[in-house]
Amino acid sequence: METNKQTDFSKDAMCINESDKKHPWWYDIKYLIVGIIFGITFVKAEIVSWFRIQEMFRLESFHMYGVIGTGVVIGVISVQIIKRFKIKTIYKEDIVIADKTFNKGQIYGGLIFGLGWAITGACPGPLFAQIGAGFGVVSITFLSAVAGTWFYGFLTSKC
Amino acid sequence: MLELIKEPWPWWVAGIIIGLTVPTLLIIGNKTFGISSSLRHLCAACLPTKLPFFNYDWKKEKWNLFFVFGVFLGGLIAAVFLKNDEPLRIADSTKTALIKQGVTDFGDFLPTDIFSWSSLLTLRGFVFIVFGGFLVGFGTRYAGGCTSGHAIMGLSNLQWPSLVATISFMVGGFIMTWLILPFLLNL
Repeated sequence: METNKQTDFSKDAMCINESDKKHPWWYDIKYLIVGIIFGITFVKAEIVSWFRIQEMFRLESFHMYGVIGTGVVIGVISVQIIKRFKIKTIYKEDIVIADKTFNKGQIYGGLIFGLGWAITGACPGPLFAQIGAGFGVVSITFLSAVAGTWFYGFLTSKC
Repeated sequence: MLELIKEPWPWWVAGIIIGLTVPTLLIIGNKTFGISSSLRHLCAACLPTKLPFFNYDWKKEKWNLFFVFGVFLGGLIAAVFLKNDEPLRIADSTKTALIKQGVTDFGDFLPTDIFSWSSLLTLRGFVFIVFGGFLVGFGTRYAGGCTSGHAIMGLSNLQWPSLVATISFMVGGFIMTWLILPFLLNL
């Protein structure tokens, strides 16, 4: 395990942009709506399909490479525009994106996730969409993923 | 219009929507896109634990839980109201290879001969459903993100550690698909 895990704790998975503004809970409904659009897209573009993931890793279809590639291109352009024009949030706050710091976990953890991705045919996002789309047994996959996350937290806390 | 939406969406439509999620989340609340973090927040919120890794104010991250609940609802809406009646079209070569490896059901998003409640207690079902999920949860947290946090968000912000992570995801997937999966499918 990494020696700089204390810093990992603060950065990893945490929102670094603490807003001074306090909002009531229903302000978070906008994230629910973005999530709904996202979930519909996952199903309609068949990103939730185990078979699409097999095609991708077997290099027998362009579909998933097209999805991720287009996503990255649009994302890069968007982030560049935000930085160049110093676009602010709808609450007039500066947009700050934390840099990712390298650690070996990105290799080891990445490989482990990749192994799991090809088995389940789903990264964490599609897991939620698959359960919504009626694949009830995927809730077990999801709970197991929560257990895996917990086990990682257990190991980093003990080692 | 509804008929058009019901058709399977082409890759570029999905890519544009997923790409636009990055600036949308930044602009509506300074949030960096990422999904696997939700698993950590669920641990912090639901499991009684003293582990320092889960000892933080998860309520500050609750937007992420709203987001993933939305993904769940979106899946539900798409399956109930926008369902495509045609069977899934997958590459012939993939289908042929998977038939050889023992997959029999091609009718839905997931092969139900593997992913079903009745197969959960078989060795093969357990490996695909339980063990696979465990690797996803463990690996994403170890890597500090998943396809969304690293491959989409990280690469969008030109972060080289995210490129390393993305390449590792793909290498792991290739190793599984080409070297291990044929064995697992025959369990």
